[in-house]
Parts: sequence; C-alpha cells; structure tokens
Amino acid sequence: MTDTAQTFGFSEAVQQDESRVMTYIAAISEALRYEMRRDPDVLILGEDVGGEFGGAFKVTKGFEEEFGPRRVMNTPLAELGFTGMATGMALMGLRPVIEMQFADFISTAFDSIVQFAATTHYRWGGAVPWVIRAPCDGGIRSGPFHSQNPEAWFVHTPGLKVVAPGTPADAKGLLLAAIRDNNPVIYFESKPLYRSLKGYVPPDDYVVPLGRANVARAGDELSIITYGTQLQESLKAAERLAAEGIHAEVLDLRTLKPLDTEAILTTVRKTGKALIVHSANRMAGVGAEVAAFIAEHAFEWLDGPVQRLGGLDTPIPFSPPLEDAYRPNADKIYRLARDLAQY
Amino acid sequence: MSAQELSRDQHLEIYYWMRLTRTFDDRMLALWKQGRGVGGTFSQRGHEAISVGAGYALGPKDVVAPMHRDLGCYLLRGLSPRRAFASLLGRATGVTAGRDANLHGMGDLSLGLIGFISHLPQSLPVTLGVAMSFLYRDEPRVAMTFTGDGASSAGLFHEVLNMASLYNAPMVIIVENNQYAYSTPLSQQMKVPDIARRADGYGIPGIIVDGNDVEAVYAVTKEAVERARSGGGPTLIEAKTMRMLGHAIHDGAEYVPRELLAEWEKRDPIRLYEERLLSAEICDQAELDEIGRRCEVEIEDAIAYAEASPWPDPATVLEGVYAP
Repeated sequence: MTDTAQTFGFSEAVQQDESRVMTYIAAISEALRYEMRRDPDVLILGEDVGGEFGGAFKVTKGFEEEFGPRRVMNTPLAELGFTGMATGMALMGLRPVIEMQFADFISTAFDSIVQFAATTHYRWGGAVPWVIRAPCDGGIRSGPFHSQNPEAWFVHTPGLKVVAPGTPADAKGLLLAAIRDNNPVIYFESKPLYRSLKGYVPPDDYVVPLGRANVARAGDELSIITYGTQLQESLKAAERLAAEGIHAEVLDLRTLKPLDTEAILTTVRKTGKALIVHSANRMAGVGAEVAAFIAEHAFEWLDGPVQRLGGLDTPIPFSPPLEDAYRPNADKIYRLARDLAQY
Repeated sequence: MSAQELSRDQHLEIYYWMRLTRTFDDRMLALWKQGRGVGGTFSQRGHEAISVGAGYALGPKDVVAPMHRDLGCYLLRGLSPRRAFASLLGRATGVTAGRDANLHGMGDLSLGLIGFISHLPQSLPVTLGVAMSFLYRDEPRVAMTFTGDGASSAGLFHEVLNMASLYNAPMVIIVENNQYAYSTPLSQQMKVPDIARRADGYGIPGIIVDGNDVEAVYAVTKEAVERARSGGGPTLIEAKTMRMLGHAIHDGAEYVPRELLAEWEKRDPIRLYEERLLSAEICDQAELDEIGRRCEVEIEDAIAYAEASPWPDPATVLEGVYAP
C-alpha cells in the first residue's frame, strides 16, 4: 500500500473503478455481508437489527432475509445481557458481531465487556472472539446521549482491542480483521461519516491488519495524529495549511489498542512536532496516552510542545452553537497546527 | 430419570464427590489457619449437595459455569484436586497458572467448565450464550450455571431470565439460596423470599428444592436438564441451604445467629445422605469409611502436589492477555 491522503492507500488506476466507490456505511454493510457469507460462525445481534427494519442506521437491512433469524438476532433492550450472551457464544467458537445501537449505550454493558470478556483469556485461556460495533461521535445535533466517544474507557482495559476507522476502505478492512481476531474488539464507527464520506473500497477479501496506523498525508513540518471522524477534518486542515506552505503529515492511528507506537515515533522523529486530535473529550483521552508516549520516547526529537485537541470536558451539548464550541473541526485543527508550526 | 433410579454405583459416586469436596474444604481451611494459604478462600461447607447433585445431572458434553461454592461440580467434571489446589495456592500448575484467585476463573472448556468472575451475575448471560450456541448449531447440549441469592438481586438476573425464556434457551439456572449475601440476610435483600417464584414472571418453570438433600437436587436438576435438552426451554431452580461459615475465610460471620447455624448443622448434607444410604441399605458404614479414606489420600496428595509446584515465573506476567 502506498501512503498518501488522496488515495487512502490505493493507486489512482484502481480508484477509477467507480462501482467500488461507496459510502462509509455501505462499506460496513459490505464487510458484514461478505464475512457472513464466508463464515457460518459469524452472526449479528442487537436491538432492531433484524427484519425489514435492519437496524437504527440500516446497516443490516436485508440481512435477516438472506441469513435468517438465527444469524440475525433481534434482542430485547438489554445490552448487559446480550453482550454477556455474545461472550458465551464466542467462548463456544461463534463470532458474534454485536450492534450497540449507539456507542453511548455501551456503558450499560460495561461489566460484560471489561470484567468478563476482557479478562477471560488471561485468566484461564478462554478466547472471546466477538466484535462490538459502536456507532459514535456527534456533530449531528443528537445531544448528550447519542454523540459520545467512549473509546478511552476501553483503551484503558487490558484484553480488549479497539479500532476506529476513518475511511470507507478502512471501515471494511478493519471490520473483517476485527471479526477474524480471536479477541474482543470494539469497533467505533463514525456516525457523521456514515453517509457524508465516500471512497474507494477494495472488493472481496480486504483486511486491514489491527495495530497498524496509516500515513494518510505525508508532510515534514508537523504531525497531526488522529483517527475516526477527525481524520477527515485533519486532512482538510492539512490542505489549508499546505496552501500556506505548511506541510503537515497526517497519521491515522486506525487501531487505538494496540497502538502502533512505531508509526507514532516515525512521524514525530520526522517532523519534530505533534498535534493529537480526536472527537472525544481531552481529559485522559487517547491523546493523553499518545502525548505521554511521545514525551517518553521521542523527547529529543521534539521542536515544540506536544499539543492536543479534543472535545471539551463537558457532557456533549445539543444546540448547534454549543456543540460546535464543544467539538474539534478542521478550522480549530488548522489554527492550532499553524501555531504549532510557527513555534 | 428420577433419583430413585440411581444405581448403587451412582449413589456411591455421588457420595464420593460430596465427601471429596468436604475433605478438600476441611484441609483447605486447616492450611489457611496454618498460614499456608495464599490470599483468601471460600468454604464449601453446606453447599456440597447442590454443587454435586446438580452437576451430576449434566451429560459429558454439557457446559457449566459454577461459582465459588461449587467445588464439587468442578471436581466431578474432571478437574483434579491437584490442579484445583494448585490454583488456590497460586501455582504455575493451577488452572489459571496463578492468574486468578482461589476458585475464581477455574475454566477449562475441555471439561465443559466456564470460569466465573467475582461479579457473579455475569455468569448468567455467558451461560445463556453457551446455550444459544447449542441452538445455533442444533446440538442437543445443555448449559447450566450456579448463582446466589445476592446475585439474584441484580438487574442482569432479570435480563437473562427474560432472554432465556424468549429464546427458549436450553439452560438451567441454579440459585444457591444460602440465606446470606456476605452479611446481608435474605430479609434485607428481598421481600418475596422464594426466588424461584420470579420464574413465573418469565413463563418458565421455577422450582424450589431442599439444597441439603442431594437426591432431591439431582432429581429436579436432571428433569430440568432433560427438559432443556428436548426443547422445553430454561428452568430456574432455587436450592435452599445455609452458608455454614463466613463469606470468605477472613469472615467469622458473627452476624449469623448461632441458633440458626445449629439448626442447619443438624441437616448437614453429607450426614443426611449417609443416613439415607445406610437406612436404605444401599451400602454399609465400612464402604462409606473406605470412601472417606480414599478422599483423604487424594486430598493429601493434591496438597503435596500443589505445595511442591513451582510459582509462576514473573517473566510470564505479560503472557496471555490476548488470544493468539
């Protein structure tokens, strides 16, 4: 794979295939359908996922018709119960993909995830190969309980893996990798990108290995380290910076646990400056871990203070002026990056 | 099959597992008093009829998630006293190789055992998932779990009863109602003291059984297991008993009235079964004594094995967080 922003890692010739350009949400559906056709042990469960309805965001529309109710299980509104149920299924070798209707609701399943599923292999060798799909992030005026980004809780939990795709291709490739992984994986999918972002998605069996970041745009003056929704905002900011002659590198982490520390070191050693951006609030967020890692391992390469941009330390407000004040965006990234470049 | 149909060999086998559990427990408590234990531990005293009677009702391909009062169930599934004792002592040869404490986490899928966590209600949905995997694959297998009166107060207990009922899951839930959740008596835990009645709300059978009568526990569990296996769905069984010692070994349980314990002591499950075996002339005292001696030899061997076992190598502390 080449590593430039415009191609998301694919050659221009391949990208010419218009039929393979799809939305971020279509890429998720495609990955699920592909894997369910390939592996009879893969099943889907969650609230409203079955029938004609096909989920709150329609990711699994038509799935029950194709795969039957046994493999597309509508559940009661009991996240704690059905997540634990998925753990039992996974221990017996099935590969359940749980749709957590909104990432915000994952807190109700917390014990099942962090106490049972995450610890089982370490304690007695039981593998728990499930995936939780967690539609996250805001900017779509959904208020405090339909806009959250709770990835830091899970990055802090030993035994879990956490991914956050920022492109349609990665949405597919990381989901296939997550389903095939023998550990519990939480897959944070960006609601704001669902239908707003289109891109080339490779056909058939396309896997993006867990634990590998991607240089989404090359540059040498500062590194913007990001993931999920903020990848696109960071790329917009980098474009604007480039117009002013500031060449920012954009590193898309893609997997938040395990972190690709090698890629972080490589970009920071190259540019000497780092700005970490995520939608989640800053306090004890993923950015804090990345910043600490840089301070510990790349101090001598730094030409400026490590900066972080994230949501504010408040519940996520509803009204547009408040939510806009809360959230990072391309303009805020641009301004902070410009200041850092000039440091 | 009813309990009356138990063969002489089966009776003696059940007695052996109960006696082995008691011997293990007695020696474990003695070791801890001598300062040879590691961390805390949980006595099984009074629970032997439930863990053995219910566990004995399962078939070899069934799967069970016992809890910390169910040593008998682990043992009869084939977990050796050596491995169990090595687990208690945190040794490399234990089930968890020193990762998890006392009876926690003693999972071994090759024996059909799921290891529990301290958050006891968590075994309920996991067991439901195991049962659902049997439905998914059209396998005639059953999943069973044990939980406590305290755990039955958690919302998850109700989530799982509802889902198990909804999905007609081949699942058996044994609630070991031992009257106390740590220091909290049942009267401060719930207004309706028959936990089995909650099954009514979910349209599944809820059965109360004398948890100190191993034949009765076996009989109702066997019936529930076969119902589940033949597509009849889940059953909630409440086995009423008494926790005869503290919550864990540090706990003197001074909050439990002594008269209550004295009453239950008269109904010790192992002595009750001995009396039954003798009065029904299923065996004689010499045979029971011989089983007792066998158990003592086995447990002494397990202790010697565990104490001679190596500690886990600290260099391995990072290993196993992830499955390969």
